[in-house]
Amino acid sequence: MHRVQVLDARGISRALERMAAELVEQVGDEKLLYFVGVQTRGVPLARRLANLVADATGHEPPVGALDISLYRDDVGPWRAAHQQPILRDTELPVAIDKKVICLVDDVLYTGRTVRAALDTLMDYGRPQAIRLAVLIDRGHRELPVAADYVGRVVPTSRAEDVQVHLKESDGEEGVWIAKEVGK
Amino acid sequence: MSVQAAARLRGKDLVGIDPLSAGEIQLLLDTAEQMRDIAARPIKKVPALRGKTVVNLFFEASTRTRFSFEVAEKRLSADSLNFAAAASSVSKGETLIDTALNLEAMQPDFIVLRHQYAGAPHQLARILKSSVINAGDGAHEHPTQALLDALTIRLKRGSLEGLVVAIVGDLQHSRVVRSNILLLSRMGAKVRVAGPPSLIPPGMGEMGCEVYGRMEDAIAGADVVMMLRIQLERQGRMNFPTVREYYDFFALTPERLKLARKDCLVMHPGPMNRGVEIDSRVADGPQSVILEQVTNGVAVRMAVLYLLAGGHGEPTAD
Repeated sequence: MHRVQVLDARGISRALERMAAELVEQVGDEKLLYFVGVQTRGVPLARRLANLVADATGHEPPVGALDISLYRDDVGPWRAAHQQPILRDTELPVAIDKKVICLVDDVLYTGRTVRAALDTLMDYGRPQAIRLAVLIDRGHRELPVAADYVGRVVPTSRAEDVQVHLKESDGEEGVWIAKEVGK
Repeated sequence: MSVQAAARLRGKDLVGIDPLSAGEIQLLLDTAEQMRDIAARPIKKVPALRGKTVVNLFFEASTRTRFSFEVAEKRLSADSLNFAAAASSVSKGETLIDTALNLEAMQPDFIVLRHQYAGAPHQLARILKSSVINAGDGAHEHPTQALLDALTIRLKRGSLEGLVVAIVGDLQHSRVVRSNILLLSRMGAKVRVAGPPSLIPPGMGEMGCEVYGRMEDAIAGADVVMMLRIQLERQGRMNFPTVREYYDFFALTPERLKLARKDCLVMHPGPMNRGVEIDSRVADGPQSVILEQVTNGVAVRMAVLYLLAGGHGEPTAD
């Protein structure tokens, strides 16, 4: 496995700071903001963005976690994996109705996770709007999905693997593009 | 010893607790715990099993289990078909295998089977391509009941390991007790059983539990007391003199419950015979988790359906 670093800890922080600043500016009323991270690495990123918004505005937005496993489109006869995804917590501490939800994930790739996340959220209520924030956009969309806030656009090939490691979940901090040697 | 959850279930069927590893049981319980949350949502339905068909094939009377499976199927967006033996071709003399093969010709994905003969689900599992789920076979196994009991205990106590669980009542005719002994001992709990000598089958002790003749000895210091129903309909004749005498020696009364730990959980798989194996003051008392068992039953059955839908696992071994 050969890997190249595209962001270090400082790069991640700066990207998140910029995204938080854009969010505050564009959402207008920060009291409507509600961060929801997609399990698993979207959750710590959502928490960091919420903290940055709290620092900038003095208002602490709620943070939730969303598990999308039961809404995936890769089960059934067209299923790729031969096992079901492990279910993780969905925790939405306050109702999402009439809020501006900022959905947070680490990597935007095919767009299928986002589709599943939107369907999951709709079963919990009716937000005023849903925005999408991702740390990395690696291209190769299969569905008409675009992010509103992007940390870094990283052109990749499908053979490559984008690894986002966060100190909360992985003990190290950084983003790498990894490729199987010989591919 | 903390049990690591398996990544998936190996088999295509759930015919009993016996074929499951501790890791598979852990995976089922972890998944069921997440499924519980769906009942608390504004929309109590997820699309995970959209387009899957489940046949509920019940050859024996059942309210709780059949209803619980049906709720679980609906919450996962599967299509349920209900089969009641009395209103079917079984009354015209069709065999179980022919009935099942005919149903399978309509391409269901799951067959949930309740049957009076031990081993009936195992036989169907070998013949059918659909996943077979045992909803109780004779006096053999009732795996989803044992899983929901385990989930109920785990939610209250954090873990099953090291707990003392006393199971009291009709051990002879109970499939619940067999599945529970297998599951609880596999997960590190100590199981004690007690009942009238005429209702203790030979070889019970070899299943990995301690057998007691006196109920008081079995429940002394227990973390959980699980009462079994006296299955009057399964007995040609009663194996004890009178219901009154049974109550005197084997009913869970407030006085007897004092012998167990102060925070001991009281469980019953239902339907209860109040005043026979359990006193109403205990059944409705603060230590009773009997209705939570019912709630957890739906979550456990959702977990079983969800995990079996995931993989074309290996067929059930002979």
